[in-house]
Amino acid sequence: MPKNTEKDMLKVKKIESGIVIDHIPQGRAVRLLSILGIDETFKATISVLINVPSATSGLKDIIKIEGRDLKKKELEKIALVAPYATINVIKDYEVIEKYKVKLPDLLDGVVPCPNPNCITNKEGQSKLHIKERNPLKLQCNYCEKVYGEADFKF
Amino acid sequence: MGTLKGADFISTVGMERKQIEEVLSSAEKMDGIFRKKEHLTELKGKVMASLFYEPSTRTQFSFTTAMRKLGGEILGFSDPKTSSHSKGETLHDTIKAMEPQVDCFVMRHPNEGAAAWAAAVADVPVINAGDGNNQHPTQAMLDLYTIKKEKKKIDGLTVLMLGDLKYGRTVHSLSYALSKFEDVKLQYYSPLQLRFPSFMLNDLRNECKVEELPSLDFSKADVIYATRIQKERIEDPEEYKKASYIIDGEMMKTAKPDAMLMHPLPRVDEIATEVDLDKRAKYFEQEANGIPTRMAILSLILNG
Repeated sequence: MPKNTEKDMLKVKKIESGIVIDHIPQGRAVRLLSILGIDETFKATISVLINVPSATSGLKDIIKIEGRDLKKKELEKIALVAPYATINVIKDYEVIEKYKVKLPDLLDGVVPCPNPNCITNKEGQSKLHIKERNPLKLQCNYCEKVYGEADFKF
Repeated sequence: MGTLKGADFISTVGMERKQIEEVLSSAEKMDGIFRKKEHLTELKGKVMASLFYEPSTRTQFSFTTAMRKLGGEILGFSDPKTSSHSKGETLHDTIKAMEPQVDCFVMRHPNEGAAAWAAAVADVPVINAGDGNNQHPTQAMLDLYTIKKEKKKIDGLTVLMLGDLKYGRTVHSLSYALSKFEDVKLQYYSPLQLRFPSFMLNDLRNECKVEELPSLDFSKADVIYATRIQKERIEDPEEYKKASYIIDGEMMKTAKPDAMLMHPLPRVDEIATEVDLDKRAKYFEQEANGIPTRMAILSLILNG
């Protein structure tokens, strides 16, 4: 058997360049793809691993996206559904940068307010602040309603 | 100078007791002037923009009268069909267009958060006269003024609110305002579909005692605050019938002899007209208190 195949290889092979989003809570990978606006029309290869054994948290999900970087607002969106996710930036098969996402105290124009009757769904831009981090509760600065992570649609 | 000078008046959530007391104390002074049918000139030369994107008779008249009593002028609209809104103008643009001509905005809008958005856009103070089902803070001030006038205090009172507690902005504003006082107990009774929002209950539980009543019980309440259940909120007519209530003379027998019965009006069937003669019925006084309370708010914001 040739070296570096089954045993050393992950279930999905390493990517040449792009990002790996690790430590996504189990079952949230598909939701995260939706947040990033990635669907079947996306040009590069995407690998989604669901129910991966994790040393720290039972099972987790992982997403690998080739040829894609992340913008600040996307990172904030990721933090909303995967607050402990780690981003690995890959270049030439090597991890050149690794960091944890962080949900800021104020989400400014990151996600729409879930209240359809909130003025920010008619004009202006949403602003939601963290009311509680665990469990996550966000409050709209305008309509004052409070929402959990599951209330947000992407 | 008061703490409200130049401030927006958007919500009771973040209000401090000191600010509420400032309003109540000023309302008492204004009440004397109003009852004597006197006029003031302290807001002479000031202009209040009155933007009512939703129909209102009482609140709008009350603000208009309050501004006139203080010597100020009013411009605006009471029907959005007659404004540039009907041509598709955004709230942002309406505010920006009117801002150079006015010293404050008084606004009612069907969308929650509209007043806060207007305040973010405007360089002059914005007073929320009702934003969707969120807040109606000037109503809360006149409610508190009515309670204070009658009971001589707010601390230590038990206030029962009933009716549409989910969409009723008056009960939201009043609850947060009451929670700034000491030893206040809030009781709620509503049909299941119209329960007080849970996130607000959580907030209020951090500040005061809160109780959701399993059945309508007037016996502990110092203040009974009834609100209308709008038919369109409950689809099933049978459910609506079950949910609706009528406070009549018999029910009032179960209330404390010194209880107060309040209602933000208009009422439909919630309070039988026979109750109007009960000395505990305070809803008409409550309504009349709107003018001095709004005089106080306008004066504190525009003059300090």
